[in-house]
Amino acid sequence: MRPFNFITAESREHALKLVADNKNAKFIGGGTNLLDLMKLEIEAPSLLIDISRTDLGQIEKVDDGRIAIGASVTNSALAANMDVRRDYPVLSRALLAGASGQLRNKATTGGNLLQRTRCQYFYDTAQACNKRLPGSGCSAKGGFSRQLAVLDIDDSCIASFPSDMAVALRVLDAEIELVSLSGTRMVPIGDFYSGTSMQPHIDTVLKHDELITRIILPRPLGGSHFYEKVRDRASYAFAIVSAAMVFQPDGSARVAFGGLAPKPWRVEFAEKLLTTDIDEYVRLAFSGARATHENQFKIPLAKQILKTLISKHREL
Amino acid sequence: MIFYKAGKNIFDQQRVVGKPQRRVDGPLKVTGTATYAYEQQPTQKLVYGYIVGAEIASGQITGIDERKAKHSEGVIDIITYQNVPEVGTGAFLSAKALGGPHIQHYHQAVAIVVASSFEQARAAASSLVIHYKREAGQYSLQSRAASAPLSKSGSFRPDPVSSVGNFVSAFQQAAVKVDEVYTTPDQSHAMMEPHATVAYWEKDMLHCWTGVQQLNWGVRDLAFALGVPKEKIRMRAPFIGGSFGVKGTVMSDTVLAALAARKTGLAVKVTLQRPLVANNTAHRPATIQHVQLGANRDGKLTAIGHRSVSGNIPGGRPEAAVLSTRYLYHADNRATELKLAELNLPEGSAMRAPGEAPGQMALEIAMDELAEKLKIDPVELRIINDTRFSPEHPNKTFSQRNLARCLERGAEAFGWHHRSPTPGQQKAGRWLKGMGVSSAIRGAPVLPSAARLTLQSDGRLNVKTDMTDIGTGTYTILAQTAADMFGLTPADIDVQLGDSAFPESPGSGGQWGAASSTAGVYAACVALQEKLAEKVGASLHDLSFSDGLLIVNGTSVSLQNLASQGEISADAKMEYSEGRKEFEHQTFGAHFVEVEVNEITFEVRVKRMLAVCDAGRIINPKAAENQVLGGMVMGLGAALMEELVVDERLGFFVNHDLAGYEIPVHADIPQQSVIFIDDVDEFAGPLKAKGVGELGLTGVAPAIANAIYNATGIRVRDYPLTLDKLMTKARAI
Repeated sequence: MRPFNFITAESREHALKLVADNKNAKFIGGGTNLLDLMKLEIEAPSLLIDISRTDLGQIEKVDDGRIAIGASVTNSALAANMDVRRDYPVLSRALLAGASGQLRNKATTGGNLLQRTRCQYFYDTAQACNKRLPGSGCSAKGGFSRQLAVLDIDDSCIASFPSDMAVALRVLDAEIELVSLSGTRMVPIGDFYSGTSMQPHIDTVLKHDELITRIILPRPLGGSHFYEKVRDRASYAFAIVSAAMVFQPDGSARVAFGGLAPKPWRVEFAEKLLTTDIDEYVRLAFSGARATHENQFKIPLAKQILKTLISKHREL
Repeated sequence: MIFYKAGKNIFDQQRVVGKPQRRVDGPLKVTGTATYAYEQQPTQKLVYGYIVGAEIASGQITGIDERKAKHSEGVIDIITYQNVPEVGTGAFLSAKALGGPHIQHYHQAVAIVVASSFEQARAAASSLVIHYKREAGQYSLQSRAASAPLSKSGSFRPDPVSSVGNFVSAFQQAAVKVDEVYTTPDQSHAMMEPHATVAYWEKDMLHCWTGVQQLNWGVRDLAFALGVPKEKIRMRAPFIGGSFGVKGTVMSDTVLAALAARKTGLAVKVTLQRPLVANNTAHRPATIQHVQLGANRDGKLTAIGHRSVSGNIPGGRPEAAVLSTRYLYHADNRATELKLAELNLPEGSAMRAPGEAPGQMALEIAMDELAEKLKIDPVELRIINDTRFSPEHPNKTFSQRNLARCLERGAEAFGWHHRSPTPGQQKAGRWLKGMGVSSAIRGAPVLPSAARLTLQSDGRLNVKTDMTDIGTGTYTILAQTAADMFGLTPADIDVQLGDSAFPESPGSGGQWGAASSTAGVYAACVALQEKLAEKVGASLHDLSFSDGLLIVNGTSVSLQNLASQGEISADAKMEYSEGRKEFEHQTFGAHFVEVEVNEITFEVRVKRMLAVCDAGRIINPKAAENQVLGGMVMGLGAALMEELVVDERLGFFVNHDLAGYEIPVHADIPQQSVIFIDDVDEFAGPLKAKGVGELGLTGVAPAIANAIYNATGIRVRDYPLTLDKLMTKARAI
């Protein structure tokens, strides 16, 4: 870990000004991933800007029935929120499937969106990793890849994205509010993650001088919500494959997957097949999958999870 | 004192020994006042060391550029092979604690950066530039297995070959056969407390606090490493936060802390950062095992063949996976074989029930496969093949052997009769249910052990030995032992452990700790009683002790009075007669498991576990139960998730942190119960007790594997049994 400065921002404007002035500054929320990365010098910010006192800790109802989640709201608080539990249970369930109680008490909504991959080669600074050190190569390709991505990858990187929460947000069509000194923009979560780009060190469209301020959930969409997470142990493990799924009374359904790609994986145009032709859905939604010997079970597993959720829903 | 056989003695009263006792060190543990190595605060100026691990698996250091690191804030010194005398190897491990220029394995320590604070040392370590020349190495056990030679006999290296009768022809002619290959992965000890040391020198005398299980090994090997006499090292390990074998002797933290302390003249504190532990220290080596069982239709085994190959660095030991097969079941024709491939992975060494745990992971699945072929209940099959005599030495019996009782008792308590003999028959919703069983066997060695008993002037008794408590409850059982001998309670006894200045014990390892160290304390108690007898002018036989009083010929005197003119101290050592070799000394058990397997995703959830253990007198049933429960958790990890993944191109364990190397969490742990068979072993020691810490692990993983088969009809012979393996096999069916 490199020595660094730490400033608790007094306001959002203060935070934005600090980050605009320092190319090596980073915001810190709960620090549950960033501090690990700093200890390993995968991240080496010269300045940490604590945003815990910038009034981003609220969950609020917007007038039109939408919900705005402040970026500093902890995973525990978000999962326990009554509006979320009633109207967006898939989000609550995804959050509770992630990490441990201690981590969820500290981890924030904004920080969760920005988690880095859990690829082991990313965390070992002696190994080549394009995500950590652009141009150094990818040790994971041809190495230990069981946990890694099979979709939206290329030769430069096969890392998977670890968040459970983001998978639920993707199926809910959440929007992310990004604020900088030059203004505010709203980014749909489907456009937030870069995916394949030949620039694996860039995970999202977030610019250096932008702060995630709020995550906006659309008006309650009703239906039956499911979050299914498959992993090697019962708790405190990243998903091998997970699925966030919502069934509507009109027979339509939507689904997003975790563990398959460098971002939450959702293929909207195929969703009309979800309740009519699963094989065809799988063929369309997972076309172009590039599995290794070690992770080729992930697509069949994803299909099995889909089948499970569909039959669970039928049994309701 | 020389031990052969225990007659009727004070421990048969089961007054303190044999009764559940709270840990005497419990209050210290739960209030955070038990001082572990890293928490020691010596009076000397204290600085911090940070160990740098090699970034290649095989090759040479071609250059070290320490300019930037040296000028980093707070840096006091940087120690590499270039500026200290060559480090020697110890008697137990073959890897050097400080590598360079030759690198033996990935993350071998190549430098220690010393700075005023931990953070400064860590920051400077990352700017230390080390240039390497990579050389080709052997990293694949699978590809080296065929050409691997037999291992060699020696210390902790059993004979590589054993043979009785004519295995080949008996197996060929057997009516029913199992002939399968099983694999177990490299495993990490993954203990809670990483290796840590505080070291400083007083002139030529080295003082260190560390977490070594066997202080006599630690001192011996540190002396070899540093090239100093053993007498010039004082090592202390009063508390150890888990170890499972990987702290059997000193590792890089101790050697480099000592080197850094010598070079800087300061007290140096070092802990291994978690991501370094798996590759820098040691692990349980992977095995490839070929098991061949031949039986008559009535279930009698006629042929047992068990061959295992494991890998290690040059000079390393084999994983003795066939060892327990030599003692477990009867068969007239038998052959076992251990091979050892040279690999350039980190060094493989002892991990809880070394050899026995992975060996039974293979053999006990094979027994389940045989039972199915024979259409005999797996519990029954094991009982049919039980033996009173040592299978390879039929003139020898076991000092005590209750394997069949364990199996019968467990089957009854677990409700084994509810198991369907046909797999895949029982279901609850999407969850397939199944039950599995395994025998368990683990050696019961004892080693000479010494202690000092002191009657203090305040009337309290003090026990001193260099024995350790690795979380097992040693403090308590030694207090129990002395309490029974003097008619006191454990609260009247002060036990001091983990100091090499105290009388020598064999430490904690190999499941020998409890039996050996209590015997040493017993001997010292007798020696002290002899002194007291002399003081009151009586014979030892006329003395008795009760409630803090010495009673002789109807009159009594308080212990405190006896010591009023000064404390009375006695040292003694327990040793064992050659007669011990007349018997095989083993502990036995049976594990029963119920699992549920998701029929769609193949996630496995263990629902119930039962262990029945046969280990002589159980000195402290509360602590012993803890040990067995912990072993069952570890066995669950071995069955379902634990694997150090080898990158066979780059030669290292990739998942070298606790996010990547998954061990069970609370949510994985079901209802667990432990039953101890009520028996004593008169040949085990004065307390008639044997160890249980490693027995609790052996047999757990195969019982789970067998339960998964019973639930699903899918047989996986490659540990851990992860859902992808089950799914792949299910799709192939």
